[in-house]
Amino acid sequence: MKSDIILLGHGSGGKLSHELLDDLIVPILSGIGQRDQDDAAVLVEQQGRLAFTTDSYVVDPIFFPGGSIGGLAIHGTVNDLAMAGATPVAISVGLILEEGLAVSILRTILEDMSAAAQHAGVRIMTGDTKVVPRGKADKIFINTSAIGIMEHDLEISGRNAQIGDKIIINGTIGDHGMAVMASREGLELESDITSDSAPLNSLVADLIRGVGRQLHTLRDPTRGGVATTLKEIAIQSEVEITLREDSLPVGATVAGACAILGLDPLFVANEGKLLAFVAAEAEEQALQIMRSHEYGRGAATIGEVSSANKGKVRLQTAIGGLRAIEMLAGEQLPRIC
Amino acid sequence: MKHQNEYRDPALARLQLRAIAETVAGFDRTMTLMEICGTHTMAIYQHGIRSLLPEQIKLISGPGCPVCVTPVGFVDQAVALARRADTIIATFGDMVRVPGSSTSLLHEQARGATIKIVYSPLDAVTLAEKNPASDVVFLGVGFETTTPTIAGAILTAEKKKCKNFYVLCSHKTMPAPMAVLAGDPELQVDGYLCPAHVSAIIGANAYQPLVDAFRVPCVITGFEPLDVLQGVLMLARQVVAEEARVETQYRRVVKPDGNQKARELLYRVFEPCDARWRGIGEIPGSGLRLREAYARFDADRALPVEVEPAVEHIGCLCGEILKGKVRPADCPLFRTTCKPEDPVGACMVSSEGTCAAEYKYGEWGLEVP
Repeated sequence: MKSDIILLGHGSGGKLSHELLDDLIVPILSGIGQRDQDDAAVLVEQQGRLAFTTDSYVVDPIFFPGGSIGGLAIHGTVNDLAMAGATPVAISVGLILEEGLAVSILRTILEDMSAAAQHAGVRIMTGDTKVVPRGKADKIFINTSAIGIMEHDLEISGRNAQIGDKIIINGTIGDHGMAVMASREGLELESDITSDSAPLNSLVADLIRGVGRQLHTLRDPTRGGVATTLKEIAIQSEVEITLREDSLPVGATVAGACAILGLDPLFVANEGKLLAFVAAEAEEQALQIMRSHEYGRGAATIGEVSSANKGKVRLQTAIGGLRAIEMLAGEQLPRIC
Repeated sequence: MKHQNEYRDPALARLQLRAIAETVAGFDRTMTLMEICGTHTMAIYQHGIRSLLPEQIKLISGPGCPVCVTPVGFVDQAVALARRADTIIATFGDMVRVPGSSTSLLHEQARGATIKIVYSPLDAVTLAEKNPASDVVFLGVGFETTTPTIAGAILTAEKKKCKNFYVLCSHKTMPAPMAVLAGDPELQVDGYLCPAHVSAIIGANAYQPLVDAFRVPCVITGFEPLDVLQGVLMLARQVVAEEARVETQYRRVVKPDGNQKARELLYRVFEPCDARWRGIGEIPGSGLRLREAYARFDADRALPVEVEPAVEHIGCLCGEILKGKVRPADCPLFRTTCKPEDPVGACMVSSEGTCAAEYKYGEWGLEVP
């Protein structure tokens, strides 16, 4: 590529667009030198039910400890498929670039996407690039959509949580949200908080293979955090959930940063975590499966589906008190005194 | 957070709770204890403390959330300033969503006003330096904990000859409203859990006149759950023994004469003035304004704007809630028209507001419908 920054012409469909695609985007994302000029990718025939999802990524800053908007755009969408129990097959990438974006930055983001897709075992099959004038977007926005295949006949759903189910999380909470907050606000902490951004499809596949029908519900606690996600499930499944504060895994630096900013880690976003609702008799096995996976070493049971008290989530606090948990309303704002 | 867990130890909490239960065992009426600080309110809800206390003890929330006690007219003036050309409003986050008479800063931002959220008043000075063509107005809200940092920012701006930095002042001081509430026959406050960090500045001795005048026990209490339980225990012992003293539970931070250096800094730049408190009204000498020598930093004096007449929202009981007379659940707007995502009153906006706390945490088995 001749230019070292993105120009409006790179989104024109003309010569510059071709240059951007052929010299940068296609070689990095698809691993092939020459692109197929057709308007749509054709997938080979698939056996089984298909799952389909889409998500857009606008994170600020675009690079944060533990990841970038590129890796996140793959992980987030792959995880949405995984939470339905689907194995990702194909993913699309829509890029909206701000005029003036450094090509070197775009290259790094694309390389992150490529590595993330490879790691998750999903192929980037199609894409699109647009450029908007300076100031009309913030550096780069990404949309990804993905198709997955259901290789089983389980009904894994937010409607399927059952009384007595144990709720297991695959590691510490609040890491992604606090990593982004800390780098956005320039917080100087004792040690860096690293985003947990990761693909969860292989962990989910292990769980499905291991506990099968005893796996009732999966959900990734992204925006709104663990609290909001559990409230959604309690409402969908018409059950009451009880959490135990002393079993919630929270990293020391995340706990500290949350305390400084007046935030509750239960409401902070994660990008590499899942909540699994499993029948009580499968709890130990599910924990074992998770703990032997690279993205589940810190797995812990954090609560259970306690009764049919519709849509309630309650927390037993460390000192033994009880309180309700509601959904996150608006944004979490820092306290002022 | 190396020490946080020490103040959340379940075994110690059980010991404290047993001592509280023993203390009030023969006490035959309701003991009303008011926590002043919004951070106490949050801690009490967050840790489910009310669900653990004996039924004789009633905890009510007082006027210690700075955003909540800021009158609606202040928001209106901030909105009017935000609408000025080439003006940047710099503020702590919560103020952005507080409804004024007809709009909020958040809505004004959507309409094109420039509002920046800062974590320190010094950031607002930096903002002014980076934007020499704009007037940067910092919204000065808060008690003695935040005001010294604002005084510091003003002195920094003066030193840097920063000509475009202003503060719109609505600073308030403790313990003036506590005296007003202690004298309110409708309330019958039996004891105060006094603010933790405000007291670190003003010192424990600052509460002595209050105790002398109203014979109301005062215990300066920290913000961790064990602090709060111990504070409640110390208050309960005084109430049962019919004593009234100033005691400090939060001894690891609060000294009898406070932080003299911070107070010197504060009073170099500010002087006492009368102030209007939402729900309570005007309290003589309970506010702080910039001294004449710093008048050029005062947005109120230096940047005159036309402000709409202040209108409190009909039906909103924030004022009564701030005095501890009414619980959020008693307000007809609570959870119906007034929610954190679309608040009617300031108590629903601030992360330290009583309504926000009750909305977010409920009170398991007690208030949750």
